[in-house]
Amino acid sequence: MLKRWRQTVTWTDIVVWAIGVAIGIAIIVGTIRTWQAGQYTAEQWINLTISGLKLGSIYALIALGYTLVYGILRMINFAHSEVFMSGPFTAVFLAKYLDSIGFYNTYPLISLILITLLSAGVSITIALLLERVAYRRLRFAPRLVPLITAIGASFFLQYTFRGFYGNDIETYPNFDFLKGTWTIGSIAIPKTDLLVIVSGFMMMLILYGVVQRTKTGKAMRAVSEDKEVAALMGIDVDRIIVFTFGLGGASAGVAGILYALIYQNVHFYMGFIPGLKAFTAAVLGGIGNVVGAWLGGTLLGLIESLGPNLFLQGLGIPAANQLKDGIAFTILVFILIFRPSGLLGERISKTKA
Amino acid sequence: MTTETSSIWKKAFSNGLIAGALCLLVILVGLVEAFGDTDVISGMVTLGDIILLIPVIMLTYTSLRGSIEFPKLTMLGISSVIGLISGVIITLLILLGQVVDLRPMFVNASPTLFNMLMRGVPLPLGALVPPLTCILAALLTLGIYLIPSRLRSAVIQGALWVVVLGTLRDQVLIIDILKISPIAFVLKRIVFATSGLRPFGALLVFVIATGLVYYLGGRKKGPAVIKSPKVVKRNRIILIAILAVIVLSLPYVLGIFYSEILNTTGLFIMMGLGLNIVVGFAGLLDLGYVAFYAIGAYTVGVLTSSGLGLFHLTFWQALPIALLVAWLAGIILGLPVLRMRGDYLAIVTLGFGEIVRLLVLSDWLKSFLGGTQGIQSIPPPILGPIKLDTLQNLYYLILIGIGIVAFIAWRLKDSHLGRSWMAVREDEDVAQAMGINLVLTKLLAFSTGALFAGLAGTLGAAKLTSVYPHSMTFIVSINVLVLIIIGGMGSIPGVFVGALVLVGLPGLLSEFQEYRFWFYGLALVGMMLFRPEGLWPEARRKLELHEAEEIIEPPINDATSAVQ
Repeated sequence: MLKRWRQTVTWTDIVVWAIGVAIGIAIIVGTIRTWQAGQYTAEQWINLTISGLKLGSIYALIALGYTLVYGILRMINFAHSEVFMSGPFTAVFLAKYLDSIGFYNTYPLISLILITLLSAGVSITIALLLERVAYRRLRFAPRLVPLITAIGASFFLQYTFRGFYGNDIETYPNFDFLKGTWTIGSIAIPKTDLLVIVSGFMMMLILYGVVQRTKTGKAMRAVSEDKEVAALMGIDVDRIIVFTFGLGGASAGVAGILYALIYQNVHFYMGFIPGLKAFTAAVLGGIGNVVGAWLGGTLLGLIESLGPNLFLQGLGIPAANQLKDGIAFTILVFILIFRPSGLLGERISKTKA
Repeated sequence: MTTETSSIWKKAFSNGLIAGALCLLVILVGLVEAFGDTDVISGMVTLGDIILLIPVIMLTYTSLRGSIEFPKLTMLGISSVIGLISGVIITLLILLGQVVDLRPMFVNASPTLFNMLMRGVPLPLGALVPPLTCILAALLTLGIYLIPSRLRSAVIQGALWVVVLGTLRDQVLIIDILKISPIAFVLKRIVFATSGLRPFGALLVFVIATGLVYYLGGRKKGPAVIKSPKVVKRNRIILIAILAVIVLSLPYVLGIFYSEILNTTGLFIMMGLGLNIVVGFAGLLDLGYVAFYAIGAYTVGVLTSSGLGLFHLTFWQALPIALLVAWLAGIILGLPVLRMRGDYLAIVTLGFGEIVRLLVLSDWLKSFLGGTQGIQSIPPPILGPIKLDTLQNLYYLILIGIGIVAFIAWRLKDSHLGRSWMAVREDEDVAQAMGINLVLTKLLAFSTGALFAGLAGTLGAAKLTSVYPHSMTFIVSINVLVLIIIGGMGSIPGVFVGALVLVGLPGLLSEFQEYRFWFYGLALVGMMLFRPEGLWPEARRKLELHEAEEIIEPPINDATSAVQ
């Protein structure tokens, strides 16, 4: 037994496990010390959890776009972060216009629907353009080629939108009806956060329904299994791929509006970090899996929001919030090393990528 | 026949619409206005005009190429349709801009821009200007398309020379060697105006360049004279000697402004050579490459800076330590990461790059790494009596660095290791079956790349005598990636070409800086779609890319046609 173990385990494994165990110990020690210090009240922890959940909902919605496209084309749509950025960065001008004529807060629901539709529309357009102009020709190219194209497209889109709308941060006007909090017992949840969490969950359910219950969804799953056989079964592969990109674009556009409701500020570079984290979320949940994306996003949001206070501070790291992005990326690295299939996914990273 | 004809016009119409849309993109992104003040031919043509017309020219050319067997009249029609439609679209934008103020949304849509598009002609009449210019451009494209191919390429290159010289007027005139009086006199009085070329000068440049290209192009077609190996060898030595003299004298010939650009380009060449090993040779896409540059630079900074005051080594003492640290970082990151394939690797390395940047920026490590302020007062390297602190002196240091790195890369390429890298790049499973140790091979590629980036980092720290965390962003990694892709993945001369084009040129044109990354993105997509092997391709890689197309495409076509 020991002999067999010795043969299968390489130096790489030992180093990897050593790093993993070291990080694990650091997390446990940090957590225990934070608990012992007891500097946060229960209420603060609950607030952090809520903010983690709302962040997570946004990651989840963006992650859906990565997951759907990866499921079908086995490629990371690196430019998806720009699909996410384009919607809210365009819709902000409509929101500002509606605000300037006084429509925005007189008919808040109609305004919200209008800006969401515009945002989703722009994001869908960008996603479809990407597919048509950049990716379609490269569907069978060597695997690095589409990825590099996607990176290029991402930069191109970022700086196109910067050229269009300028270098400045644009600010969404506030909705009056979303001000204040909503209380259950002693817990006060900001209304915006509640809206974001609920609509994130709803979006996931809708997409899950589309993928699992509709005929198009069935075709999507078939294409994701095997494009050629799907084509032989009479499925229009191109149409399904376009539909998938559209679906991803729509959820990114909605995510963008939710993001704007929370942070108000939008600018041309806003997509990069959320995009990267959403990809992490998609991998964490198991790429190619809709529920996994939502689960991964929510988990990542929670870890990111609780993590710095929970274990980094316990380790005596000052200004631990600066490192919250680092936590997300560390998770990404370790998920890919120890469980590339993610929480709910099949094992893709080695076999098909 | 009639359906075919109507489909041609439909195609021309849709190409016109695409051209118009691209024109709008170029206008609203702000390129036309940003380059509208850069005269190419003084008072006549600005760089903005040329950029505006590029979509029209491109789409006219593609439409014409598809209709080779049609009569000239049809071609004339196609060109004018494309020109007309794109021009009308521009006019519509101008008219829209008169009715609604577009500026709250599109920051560039200012009256100045519209005035520029109408070439200063006031409205009702000015509305005719964009269609006319676009039609003119389309017809000009047709004209160039119709002339015989040898003359055509000469004319195109002549026109390119006019554009390049006109745009770089100021940059040409500050070259040290051209300041000698007779040359400067000719240049200033005959060729150049206060901005751009004089109309006569433009004609002169065009005629000379076209003539030269035509002449040289014609000569190549003559029967090749077979030279004896001795002569070939002698010629090569002479060529290398001339090149060496040019390269060595560059900073003094060109002056300080160019030395700065050369040094930056040099650092990018060094990083490019390193990343070329990782991406080009071994096929591992590393998006966090700047991390190793940062590690090299920061190690030197920490060890030598008197500002931090932790250690007081000299540059030469710190150099080997920095290289070792960068190399080790490559191995430590490589060990866990290299077990995954393809695109996952790219994202993980990107994550790693971000982690390094966040750590460097954090307050946690501020006392060691200087936090957001970075590390200042790094002493310049001292070589005997010479203090290497001027741009010209540093040029030679960087040149030596490039020499070493390029030599190693060149020798590695055809070594046993180099062949293993290429085998891994082409097919991991087959490579493993052939007895190649995947982990070791990839690890060596990764750590060699890290080592080269570390070297670039140390020299970068010496060049700036400081290290700033804000210069270690993801964008630098992308910059390096773009330059090896433009040059040709896996190709060593390609790295030089890529760096000169992508780092050298933007350094020259300050207007260009703003749109640098826009062009990078465009270049990446364009190269991948139309010329994935790069400008100076490596033979093996080219074969690989086209082989894939040939083998894989047919069954796919079958599959799609089966659906239809």
